[in-house]
Amino acid sequence: MAEEEASRPFAGLSDVSIPEDIPVEGDISVPMGANKRDDEYSTLDEPVKETILRDLRAVGNKFIHVLYPKRSSALLRDWDLWGPLLLCVTLALLLQGGAADSDDQGGPQFAEVFVVIWFGSIIITLNSKLLGGTISFFQSLCVLGYCILPLTVAMIVCRIVLVGGSGTVSFVVRLLVVTASFGWSTFASTAFLADSQPSNRKALVVYPVFLFYFIISWIILTFSPSH
Amino acid sequence: MSAGSGSRTTEPWGGFDDNIMQGTGSAVIDMENMDDTSGSSFEDMGEMHQRMEEEVAEEAAAAEDDNPEDEEFLGMKGMKGQLGRQVADEVWRAGKRQASKAFNLYANIDILRPYFDVEPIQVRSRLIESMIPVRMINFPQKIAGELYGPLMLVFTLVAILLQGMQTSGTTIRNGTLMGTAIGTCFGYWLGVSSFIYFLAYLVNAQITMLQMLSLMGYGLFGPCVVLLVTYNIHFHYLFFVLWLVVGGLSTLRMVAVLLSRTVGQTPRLLLCGTLSLLHMLFLLYLHFAYHKIIEGLLVTLEGPNLAPMQRVARDVPVLMLNTTVGVVGVTNMSQ
Repeated sequence: MAEEEASRPFAGLSDVSIPEDIPVEGDISVPMGANKRDDEYSTLDEPVKETILRDLRAVGNKFIHVLYPKRSSALLRDWDLWGPLLLCVTLALLLQGGAADSDDQGGPQFAEVFVVIWFGSIIITLNSKLLGGTISFFQSLCVLGYCILPLTVAMIVCRIVLVGGSGTVSFVVRLLVVTASFGWSTFASTAFLADSQPSNRKALVVYPVFLFYFIISWIILTFSPSH
Repeated sequence: MSAGSGSRTTEPWGGFDDNIMQGTGSAVIDMENMDDTSGSSFEDMGEMHQRMEEEVAEEAAAAEDDNPEDEEFLGMKGMKGQLGRQVADEVWRAGKRQASKAFNLYANIDILRPYFDVEPIQVRSRLIESMIPVRMINFPQKIAGELYGPLMLVFTLVAILLQGMQTSGTTIRNGTLMGTAIGTCFGYWLGVSSFIYFLAYLVNAQITMLQMLSLMGYGLFGPCVVLLVTYNIHFHYLFFVLWLVVGGLSTLRMVAVLLSRTVGQTPRLLLCGTLSLLHMLFLLYLHFAYHKIIEGLLVTLEGPNLAPMQRVARDVPVLMLNTTVGVVGVTNMSQ
């Protein structure tokens, strides 16, 4: 017995554990590893509806921040790309079905709008990073994507107006709506992006954003559906 | 800013970075998060994956032998989970390190950072200077080596081309024109710059590729202005005047700068002749290729009812003549 104990000096300690009901003096705390593991699995165990709703609520919260642009960092802190994807797909779908002549490919194709929006955003992001911006790549993509919301709303309004006819009055109405939403988009995105630039270079960053939203507004304005 | 893939070891015995990169050497697993009750001593692993898994399997088997019925005792199960997590963590970190090294090597946009180091006021002054031909061609003229201005001018040209397609109420092929506009503008900027740079290299002119790109880019300011005006006011004479004056000024500026950097009569003639030809023809092409659509629509829509501007009697035959010339000219060019 003694030899066994001598040959395995720590054998008796192999099953020592600290029971949780013995009061521990001082600042020693019992490691609560078990509880931590439960918390990690809990988001996997929750119903799918809750996960989706949480993401939707985050996206909706950012939409509100775009519609009332104040100097907040909500868009920047927890960026996500769901909102931009949703807006981009909606806009591209709404721009479908515009036709020119019958022997033609028709209005802007889905892929064309998609590519314009995403590559335009990437180029603006690269530009602002190269100019010394402190914003990260995905944060900038997030901001630019979310600020397409006013233009999407304008597209919906334009489609509704076009149902009533495509004369001069409807053109004037559409022009006003699109111009207003273009200004809104540009103003909203500069409210978020301009803070991350050194103050004397803000104009250099704002100009490509202006061009980007101008091109999208132009595509929206010149859209007319086929019959 | 790391410029290459140099090893960042500071220890004489070769740090952990190299070992993990090459897959040899030891990987030290941090076991301080484990319960005290694990009872096992850790050892250095030779190869990360296999021996770790073997050991985990060994210990799990040994643990189950020791404590078969104690299910609430999460020590052993926790250890296997912990070890697995540690292994996965190490693997992920090593992979991420390798990927970021490759990324920094090939996709380093910091290479372009010095070319974007401009102030708005510099850009404005360079835009104005691009229309003013220099007088001194005896010594090399300074060219600003920046890419922000040229890039923005190319995008502005794309936007102007797109805007010029609009006529009131008629539908336009937005989709294909967008791709064509981008392709045309970027193709011109990059292609003609490369071509002229190649010629300059042949005749040994003192100009770098960056300077060439910058020069051509700023030279697009004139065409931008011309097209912005003439896409909205459809007067042929106006276009020709603007083409000659504004286009000519920007061409002269580029030509003068190139002249100052080239030696010899024949090289000068070759370079400057090619540049001015390509530049002026490009402006002509942009106006007429995209103008044809507007022209055709104007003729069909407003045949008998001319706009007030065009109701002066003596202008009408000129306009009709130019229309036919324009259409014929375009059809000739497009064939």
